[in-house]
Amino acid sequence: MKRVRKPVFFIVALLILCFGCASIFGIHGQNGDIPITYVKGINDIRWGIDIRGGVEATFRPADGVDATDDQISSAKAIIETRLVSSNITDYELYADKTNDRIIVRFPWKVDEKDFDPETAIEEISATAELTFREGREYESNDVGSDGKTVAKTPKGVTKENVVLSGSDVKKAEAHAVPKEENSAEMEYLISLELEESGKEKFAKATERLKGQYISIWMDDVMISAPQVNAVITNGEASITGGFTAKEASELAQKINAGALPFKLETSNFGTINPTLGNSALTAMGIAACIAMVLICLFMLFMYRMPGFIACIALIGQMALSLAAVSGFFSFASSFTMTLPGIAGIILSIGMGVDANIITAERIKEEIRNGKTLDGAIDKGCRSSFWAIFDGNITVIIVAVILMCVFGPSNILSFWFGPSTTGIIYSFGYTLLVGVVSNFVMGVGASRIMLRSFSGLKFARKKWMYGGKGQ
Amino acid sequence: MKHTFDFVGKRKITISISLALILIGIIFNLINGTRLDIQFRGGAIISYSYTGEVDQHAVQKLVNDMTAEEVSVQVNENVKIAGSDEMQNTISISFSGNQSISLEKQKEITAALAKNYPDNHFEQSESNSVDPTMGGKFLVKCLVAVAIAAVLMVIYVALRFRKIGGWSAGVFALVALVIDVSMVYFTFIVFRLPIDSNFMAVALMILGYSLNDTIVIYDRIRENRRMAGPKTDIGDLVNKSINQNLSRTINTSITTFSAITVVFVISLIFNLPSVTSFALPMMVGIISGCYTTNCIVGPLWVLWKKRGSKGKSDKKKNNQEAPANV
Repeated sequence: MKRVRKPVFFIVALLILCFGCASIFGIHGQNGDIPITYVKGINDIRWGIDIRGGVEATFRPADGVDATDDQISSAKAIIETRLVSSNITDYELYADKTNDRIIVRFPWKVDEKDFDPETAIEEISATAELTFREGREYESNDVGSDGKTVAKTPKGVTKENVVLSGSDVKKAEAHAVPKEENSAEMEYLISLELEESGKEKFAKATERLKGQYISIWMDDVMISAPQVNAVITNGEASITGGFTAKEASELAQKINAGALPFKLETSNFGTINPTLGNSALTAMGIAACIAMVLICLFMLFMYRMPGFIACIALIGQMALSLAAVSGFFSFASSFTMTLPGIAGIILSIGMGVDANIITAERIKEEIRNGKTLDGAIDKGCRSSFWAIFDGNITVIIVAVILMCVFGPSNILSFWFGPSTTGIIYSFGYTLLVGVVSNFVMGVGASRIMLRSFSGLKFARKKWMYGGKGQ
Repeated sequence: MKHTFDFVGKRKITISISLALILIGIIFNLINGTRLDIQFRGGAIISYSYTGEVDQHAVQKLVNDMTAEEVSVQVNENVKIAGSDEMQNTISISFSGNQSISLEKQKEITAALAKNYPDNHFEQSESNSVDPTMGGKFLVKCLVAVAIAAVLMVIYVALRFRKIGGWSAGVFALVALVIDVSMVYFTFIVFRLPIDSNFMAVALMILGYSLNDTIVIYDRIRENRRMAGPKTDIGDLVNKSINQNLSRTINTSITTFSAITVVFVISLIFNLPSVTSFALPMMVGIISGCYTTNCIVGPLWVLWKKRGSKGKSDKKKNNQEAPANV
């Protein structure tokens, strides 16, 4: 049989314990006053709204209006602008164009004291008020959650003098045109088409304000402030200014949002108070610790040596699952952890325990059949592998189906439209991650440790592996 | 070897037990009916936490008069809050219709409660309002997900165990899964839990667990078959395989069952209905999964296999006797 050298056990066990600590506590540094997170720990996990409280709402056009895809994108753009400007950082926002729905989910801000979810939902879904105003004077300058500056609240002449309002705008579109004639370099601009009602107003304003600024506002936020270069009399203008393709289309979407022919209505909403969610998190934490201790005791009692190694492997599996969720590895971005997500981890740990039990049972059987210790371990590992493999693959099938069906974009999109609920998705994700970790730890690492450990002198007694007598 | 239990021989008893349980479940279902959660059928629930005493009926009347809708009010007293020794009371108001309620209405109710019970410090803890058409869609989606997962798993089993008669193995594994999922379903019915997305999660989980159990046994049968040669009696083979695996099946079930029981007890103490309604059916599902794997799948499969082989060897006889049977 392949002997694994003795020190390997200590190296693997030590690595697992270090990794376990790192993934639970994280590694943090301090650069002057700024704390730096080198490795994300359990406290850096982004908890879902069912744990830390928050709001989930689904909006759709009121009165059964059938909106076009562009209109839904515009409506989404309004909501996004409002979330960013009110400094809500980790919102989730989906537009379901097939069913004309927009789904938003966001947690409470840390410092939020007043619990008024209804107002929050009303605010972000209110009809956008688009205005074109003279000049570009504003009262305050904030940094939005996307890191850009947000100019808020018009003042002075900008406040007094509204040139156009949303209903005067017919539509805005982003275009790409060559920078100069015959040049290959492209420039992005927004073409603006006005309704009859706006043409004359805009003509007068551009005549009076030529060379000055006209700012464009959505609600209380300035979204653009172009300079007037020419008098626009036919109601067709273009806004240029070194936009990127993305900026141009975003601005066009926002302007269109102000001209949406429908209101948004809230069809579904749910709110959870943060204390309630916190309570759930503590409870799950306590449950996880107790369950872990119980499982370890059971394994030690029933399977002795292999049980002891199974416990180390379980810690490794749990750490690996946590790491995949918190964004420990740079290739896996962090994941929003919800209560069913925690359930997924607990269940995958069940699978991990099972893998170790199957192997330990097989070893016990071989020893009782009179095999030598090394022979029994070898045979036990080999004959149990495919049973574990097949069992885990079927669970992976379940997990992948859950992720495919309930993910943001899914295999049933053509039928049901993208994402209705993300909560089951997170169950699938943690389950998948857990079962994969089980392959790495429960099957891979635990076997290496077992082979190496059984080479140690004191650990060569058969009773330690379930054999009788010597 | 320790004493062995004749699972295949006792199949009449084991199968009758399962059928009896299903029958009891169906009777309960007829009496209790099926309650869909508002997630699926649409509707609204608002929960508040408060201190002190309030009269349940007075609150019900207040909300009734205000909204002109049937509401039912449930009070839960002395709930533990994490991180403090204080106890809290909660009250949840559910609207009987299947329509979502408007934000304004929800605000009005909150305001009215605060006004009428200024000393009880009503604080909104949770609210949910779902539009019925969207809820229905979500239900269909969940069912489709369960169906796809089940079919894929059967196909996988059929391919992996083609040496021991793949498709029949897959189909009998599916029979066990159907029994397990109905046990989970009946748990929801018996305890009057509303069918929600938790049900879907548990159903899928049990599919995975129970199939895992079944696969471990099939794997053993495959291995024993290889060693014993094709001549051995299939009944003895299955019996031997189940018995060899028995301690593994039981120990795994004990560990997972105890882990979920811990979750259940803790969430009961902290009053987390969303977790208890997940853990309780899960506990039942684990027991059922363990039972069906050992007592149903193997014996049923043997029955099928023996019928098949008898059919082949007795083919001539059957053909001769056929006219007499007509």
